[in-house]
Amino acid sequence: MDWLALALSLKLGGVTAAVLLPIGVLAGRALALRDFAAKGLVQALLALPLVLPPSVLGYYLLVAFGAASPLGAVWVMLTGHTLAFSFGGLLLASLIVNLPFAVQPIERAFATIAPEIREAAWVSGLSRWATFWRIELPLAWPGVLGAFALTFAHTMGEFGVVLMVGGGIPGETRTVSIAIYDRAQALDGGGAGMMSLLLLVFALIALAVVQGMGGRIGGRDG
Amino acid sequence: MAERATEAERSLGLVAEFAQPGPIPLAAQLRVAPGELHALIGPSGSGKTTLLRALAGLYRPRHGRIVCAGEFWLDTAAGRDLSPQRRRVGLVFQHYALFPHLSAEENVAAALTDLPRAARGKRARALLAQMGLAAVAARRPAMLSGGEQQRVALARALARAPALLLLDEPFAALDTRTRRHLRQELAALHRGLAIPVVLVTHDLEEAAALASQMTVLAQGRTLQTGPPREIMTRPASLAIARVVDLQNLFEGAVVIKAAAGATSLAWRGLRIEAAADPLPPGAEIAWTVAPAAISWADPGGAAGEGRAGWNIVRGRVGEVAALPGVARVTFIADGTEEAAFVFPCPPPGIGPPLPNPGARAAIGFPAAAVHLMALSG
Repeated sequence: MDWLALALSLKLGGVTAAVLLPIGVLAGRALALRDFAAKGLVQALLALPLVLPPSVLGYYLLVAFGAASPLGAVWVMLTGHTLAFSFGGLLLASLIVNLPFAVQPIERAFATIAPEIREAAWVSGLSRWATFWRIELPLAWPGVLGAFALTFAHTMGEFGVVLMVGGGIPGETRTVSIAIYDRAQALDGGGAGMMSLLLLVFALIALAVVQGMGGRIGGRDG
Repeated sequence: MAERATEAERSLGLVAEFAQPGPIPLAAQLRVAPGELHALIGPSGSGKTTLLRALAGLYRPRHGRIVCAGEFWLDTAAGRDLSPQRRRVGLVFQHYALFPHLSAEENVAAALTDLPRAARGKRARALLAQMGLAAVAARRPAMLSGGEQQRVALARALARAPALLLLDEPFAALDTRTRRHLRQELAALHRGLAIPVVLVTHDLEEAAALASQMTVLAQGRTLQTGPPREIMTRPASLAIARVVDLQNLFEGAVVIKAAAGATSLAWRGLRIEAAADPLPPGAEIAWTVAPAAISWADPGGAAGEGRAGWNIVRGRVGEVAALPGVARVTFIADGTEEAAFVFPCPPPGIGPPLPNPGARAAIGFPAAAVHLMALSG
């Protein structure tokens, strides 16, 4: 068992899920409630990481993170090291890759709230902010929790992009999924099997949470 | 502001007018006195709910003005448009729109935004107790019956002590028995309310049972306002007569003589005497006669024939339906195959024996019961 890799994976998964949660709520709610001209395009762009091969995504991110790109140049100027092959770069890549996992369940949860519920809140004197906190968010909460679990588990298991962008530096970018690959390459069946089992359990728990929450959206049997 | 409105301003109740060419055409005026229950009636798609939403601030018409309890809620000319939160309006949605994750008590407490947080629970329980819902205060909406949900919605709407109460088809989702029961409850509740109440419904019986005033709406236009009985028996136009589903509605009549005391019509070869109406001779109109004003006449004899202010129509009996307590007869006048008179008569056993379908007969009705209507407007 590569404990350093596990700790890094947990950190990456936790930070990614935590950062994506508010972004997912803002973007998911906006997509569920608003109609704008480019909505279809925005939805397609958000869903892109679901269908694009991780190596393709990783390649583009690697190019974008390089010192030759504006983003990479600014990062080097600010921190003194490159974005690629660093935890910061890994996190940024992870945030982009996991956008659909965070936004889509939350968007679906907000879309199930009947418009009259929000209107009833306004007519009852609740401000838009109070309506969001006391009515919308509790009703969409199962979707938000599901998005968190899904994002966390997916980050734990991400391989292609992590390999392309991170490279597998121990303690910096070498996550559990990379460690499994390395163990298997080194014909260490025991180590690879142990870590694989761990990721399997994580994924199962996350999906169970998502499933369990899915049935409770709208709070009808809560 | 509302708190500075004088007694005189408050006494005006609600005055509202809306106008816009589209996307939902509106040309509506509404006046509702404090304590008045005013029904808005019209076919689906007539703009009833849009009007209600505009009053609540959930829909903004292009042009409009709303003054309620002396306060301008909307004045598009002056760029004033109060948010729903600031309008002090209670709205019962058609499907109640209760907050599904909150108990009945929390639903009502949510609307008590003016009270300090600590006092809300107690006030919400008191309001629910008034509605007879003390026992179910802790339940969530999904655990309440349709009638209980409706009363929770009503308690929530009244929690803010609104200056205007709006009810959007509040009985539509209930079974007949519950509906009748809750209608009586609403009537009793309304007697204690000193604010204007607007009830949207497509149920005429409901409007007649609850409302003292009624406005007929079609394609976003308010066509006529008056007491429900008045509109249901004496609609101003054919369009209104259709909305209120008037029986014995006949078209194709022409005014032939308009004397001081009476108006005569030519209709399908018959001469119909009507009450005085300032219509010019030659005007094409529609007419109606109240079913209750029609009675059997002696077909052979001359009883009533030629009597001033009385109409006799000969024909044959169409259908006879004996209902509990009353029989409904359809009568087809000679030469008017598609135009049938419908009227009630005493059922067998109480009145004289009912004629068989197809039998020759004659009916009579007073000229005063004949009401004339313009074809348009």
